[in-house]
Amino acid sequence: MIGLPHYLTVAAILFTIGVFGIFVNRKNIIVILMSVELILLAVNINLVAFSVFLHDVVGQIFAMFVLTVAAAEAAVGLAILVTFFRNRGDIAVDDASMMKG
Amino acid sequence: MTPETFSLIWPEVILAGATLILLVFGAFRGRGGVLFNGLAVLTLAAAAVAAIVGPHGRGFAGGLVVDQLAVFAKVAIYAASAVSIVLGDRWLARKGESKFEFPVLVLLAALGMGMMVSAGDLISLYIGVELHSLALYVLAAFRRDDAKGSEAGLKYFVLGALSSGLLLYGASLIYGFAGSTHFDAIAASVQDHAGVGVLFGLVFVICGLAFKVSAAPFHMWTPDVYEGAPTPIVGFFAAAPKLAAMVLLARLLQEGFADAVAQWRQVILVVALASVAVGAFAGLVQNNLKRLWAYSSIANIGYALIGLAAGGEAGIQAMLMFMVLYMIDVTGFFACLTALQRDGRPMETIDDMAGLFRERPGLALAMTAFSLSALGLPPFSGFFAKFYVFKAALDAGLAWAAVAALVGSVVAAFYYLRLIKVMWFDAAPSATDKPAFDAQAIAIGGALFSFPVAVVALVWLDPVSRAAAAVFGG
Repeated sequence: MIGLPHYLTVAAILFTIGVFGIFVNRKNIIVILMSVELILLAVNINLVAFSVFLHDVVGQIFAMFVLTVAAAEAAVGLAILVTFFRNRGDIAVDDASMMKG
Repeated sequence: MTPETFSLIWPEVILAGATLILLVFGAFRGRGGVLFNGLAVLTLAAAAVAAIVGPHGRGFAGGLVVDQLAVFAKVAIYAASAVSIVLGDRWLARKGESKFEFPVLVLLAALGMGMMVSAGDLISLYIGVELHSLALYVLAAFRRDDAKGSEAGLKYFVLGALSSGLLLYGASLIYGFAGSTHFDAIAASVQDHAGVGVLFGLVFVICGLAFKVSAAPFHMWTPDVYEGAPTPIVGFFAAAPKLAAMVLLARLLQEGFADAVAQWRQVILVVALASVAVGAFAGLVQNNLKRLWAYSSIANIGYALIGLAAGGEAGIQAMLMFMVLYMIDVTGFFACLTALQRDGRPMETIDDMAGLFRERPGLALAMTAFSLSALGLPPFSGFFAKFYVFKAALDAGLAWAAVAALVGSVVAAFYYLRLIKVMWFDAAPSATDKPAFDAQAIAIGGALFSFPVAVVALVWLDPVSRAAAAVFGG
């Protein structure tokens, strides 16, 4: 029987992979965008699992909002990435270092 | 939805409706202009009036709260947004990059911030935070052909998205372990005993919001974004969104977690004192003024957080007073930087400011006033702001935190005084360009508020902010 702790564990693992994907990744900014999506999906698993186990529909409504906002966030992120690429001709993480200190 | 419920969201309806109309209008017209910006400012004024005269109450099943605190914060946010529309668009126009999207984005950010300060539920909290963040990411990268600007936008986006993720993960844990997304219901569930799950979630939410207010140890995006983003837009970043996030944090902690105060107070205090320390020490080695004020803003958020940690009516009032007075200082300072140019190049480093007093005495005096105010020297407004915070901290038995913050303030004095010394006593390399009228007017206006208007305005601001802080029942 798969219970609430199983879902929470999967979500926690996905969340951790997402956070590490942002900090450890040294190559590509697209990977960072994917990591952000991973974090948001981990949250959705949490919300839906809680919603089912609490017999409360609010969690699923929340998950719908998160999905919508995630789409908007990806759109804005890719748009900014395109302007960055047009200025630099590259999207490597190490290149985003004009400002330091 | 009853008409009474609907009447609660008039400010949001006005802002959202006018934003969409302006967006379509701008898209057909293809350009902005003075009329367009005038309409945007008028919209903000109308929303502020609607917020002041509108009824108070709770609507949308508790998801939206309209009370003294929300109205107070909304009026401050809409005013700061209106100032930055004027300042930002005139600056972009001088660069030949005036676009109709700019006021539209500021209006959307103002709408999101208005939702944040009215949030009574984790869902409306999240929607408000995202609505304002997405608009701000685009504003940071607004100059598309500027390499530094797009890098700033990208950094802001990546770390902002991460912070939203932390916030959301925390929100999902709070929902799961408290059984509801409403602050009231969360408060009821933590009344007797706050479980580990809920507290774990709360820490994540505090981390997410600490990112948004650029409190240490989540401040690393601030200097880069401030340096790269267009100067007048930084003035907007540094002011209104921080007030909105602080009010949101205050509402979450005081309404949702009032009975877990012993647990969250330590977290807030650690974040606050770390911010004061990072802001004071890392600022010492900066030469770029935008980076310097990024560290100054990190330190100042620390003081506001001490007010929040003190809690109670006095603590929240101190936080509100501090944020409003600081908003005026920081907007004015970035208006000074917007106004100043030498041979067509922006003056952004401390060395650039050499001899400013002899050339532009008005702006040099204004920058001196803002620096001394941010330092907290009487009789400038920043002194009163810090006075409220330290008094609240002492009354709450946090004397050691107040002393530590005071030490941070003394360290930070070095860089403010260095800027003043360079402006007043060093020799100027060459003449500065004639400053733009609008930026100069905003800068001088802000400086006059900082001293002497603030001393008079306190008579009015004190009872208003106390009434706003009283919504949490003392």
